[in-house]
Amino acid sequence: MSEAAIRTMGLGKMYHIGGEQERYRTLRDTLVRAAKRPIERIRHPGAATHRSETLWALRDVDLEVRHGEVLGIIGRNGAGKSTLLKVLSGITEPTEGRVEMRGRTSSLLEIGTGFHSELTGRENIYLNGSILGMKKAEIDSRFDEIVEFAEMKRFLDTPVKRYSSGMYVRLAFAVAAHLQTEILIVDEVLAVGDIAFQKKCLGTMGNAAASGKTVLLVSHNMAAIQGLCSTVLLLDRGTVHSKGPTNEVVSTYLSLLGSRAAHDLASREDRQGSGQLRFVSVEFRSADDHTPLGEVRSGDDVEIVVGYECTEDLHNVWASIDLLSDSGEALCLLRNDLAGVEWSTLPRRGRLCCRVNKLPLGPGHYQLDLHCMANYTVVDYVQRAASLSVEAGDFFGTGRLPNQSNGPLLVDHQWTLG
Amino acid sequence: MVYERKRGWASLDLRQLWAYRELLYFLTWRDILVRYKQAVLGVAWAVLQPLLTMVVFTVVFNRVLGVKSPTSSVPYEVFSFAGLLPWQFFAGALSRSGVSLVSNANLLTKVYFPRLVIPISAVLAGLVDFALSFLVLAGLMGAYRVAPTWNAFFIPLFVLLAFAIALGVSLWLCSLNVLYRDVQYVIPFLVQLWMFVSPVIYPLSSVTNEKLRVLFTLNPMTGVVDGFRWALLGQEPPGISLWVSLGVTVLVLWGGLFYFKRMERVFADVV
Repeated sequence: MSEAAIRTMGLGKMYHIGGEQERYRTLRDTLVRAAKRPIERIRHPGAATHRSETLWALRDVDLEVRHGEVLGIIGRNGAGKSTLLKVLSGITEPTEGRVEMRGRTSSLLEIGTGFHSELTGRENIYLNGSILGMKKAEIDSRFDEIVEFAEMKRFLDTPVKRYSSGMYVRLAFAVAAHLQTEILIVDEVLAVGDIAFQKKCLGTMGNAAASGKTVLLVSHNMAAIQGLCSTVLLLDRGTVHSKGPTNEVVSTYLSLLGSRAAHDLASREDRQGSGQLRFVSVEFRSADDHTPLGEVRSGDDVEIVVGYECTEDLHNVWASIDLLSDSGEALCLLRNDLAGVEWSTLPRRGRLCCRVNKLPLGPGHYQLDLHCMANYTVVDYVQRAASLSVEAGDFFGTGRLPNQSNGPLLVDHQWTLG
Repeated sequence: MVYERKRGWASLDLRQLWAYRELLYFLTWRDILVRYKQAVLGVAWAVLQPLLTMVVFTVVFNRVLGVKSPTSSVPYEVFSFAGLLPWQFFAGALSRSGVSLVSNANLLTKVYFPRLVIPISAVLAGLVDFALSFLVLAGLMGAYRVAPTWNAFFIPLFVLLAFAIALGVSLWLCSLNVLYRDVQYVIPFLVQLWMFVSPVIYPLSSVTNEKLRVLFTLNPMTGVVDGFRWALLGQEPPGISLWVSLGVTVLVLWGGLFYFKRMERVFADVV
């Protein structure tokens, strides 16, 4: 039996959420809470002191990756892909279970980690290389190759803050592409940059695989997964759904997405309105070929398809979709009359299709409320009818996106000097 | 390489830290480069800051309030600058290192390496400023005709001690700051108060109250500041306060290391 490069046994990672879900506390709050606790105990004896909920981002993951295997990891948002990579890289500690790695490992969870904008390209090559785990001697010996790969000899002594985003990404990937480790853990770095650059990255990844490195690759790009990986691991809600030959698992994944893409609303009873119309389903489809979208990306052309049934003919219908952030703040309203479409009479059953060109939402989770009025009375109102999870996509055509903390909306814009 | 949940007090694993010494070097190098590139005055700032502080101290405390250097051969200007030297290294290390984990959050969540590298490099980066102001002190001593003593060979030991204290306190502060984000607002205040209870502005001999003096001796920076003045200017030897400093430093540093290693596991999840 050949030794596995990576082996995990009963791996689990738990996070605390809910209750006191702020990511960090303040000393002040903690002191205040500590002072209050005895009083709370006296007032409510027996009440649970812990209100926080837990979430298993990963559970019972048993995995074995052979030396030289190129394993793709797929799954929906929140399936635990990134958590798995973080645990395998040693960035975060597993809550239970064990990981064994045999061989020098480097992880590439982000491109250009540790780049400093004030430093020059040359300085950043050394800094980034050493952060990724290269020795100085290794960087010295591969320096010229890195510069050549990045195609930027002229800008080597220019601070990185003056680089265009394309140059920045090229330099960052050039350093990463010259990592000489036996195990390489890669997270979605192929999603950045222009098409030509993505091809170059794919080529490099292919070379790494061909040269016998063990590669773990998380991607939403099924074409990349199918082109590079011999085996694929499908994660679903933190557990291993299946692992096997690429094409088999990818098709399992796509059918899993299809079945979840439609939200069934027929059985929802928590709704308001007269009931003359009932929303029965919501689904996100590709606006190009009308196939269900498992994954919605920023900048995609998306069609929101809402199925309904009526008990009688309805006139002067206003159907609207309220888009909300995950925490419930209203973001925008989509309504047929705003878009200049009026229906004097609605068929008894059918689908309302709302096309959104170039979805202006950053990566994250969103909620949809569905609302319908006919002859100025509310006929149906379903809150939180569907949740929408948006993945990073190339909205601006530059491969870059603002941080989530800058707000959820993306606006197409141009800059000029004048 | 095996990763699993560590229970109790994790071992310090200093061998692994040694394996990452090049990263420590590069991160220190980055901190130094960035600081001198960003500041408009660059290197001049490292010289001006202690010099101006010394001038203000001399005017306010010596000329106005009448605080004197304990030996008449050493003017107050040189006396206070010699105290400021280790003090500013310590204060700078605390301010940089205390927030170092939070300001390097992107590294913590994306790459694995021994986390100790970050606060250590932040403390080390202060050594360049220290070396520059040391040159200024040498110039100052020349100007005031204060000859250094042979004890000056002990200076590296006192630098080491100052480094150990700064690191020890920083380890506590930076770990706490990851968990409790308001710690970073406490640091400047802490540094300011700490200076007033260290013999930077005044000599320890001016603390005549015996009980107070014991308390002052417990401050590990007392031993360092006194030691500097002894080694460089030949003023009264630090005596008992040095040994107390050493003891307190060892306690703070060991405690800090263990606390840091214990909290290290959750840094990436919380930061």
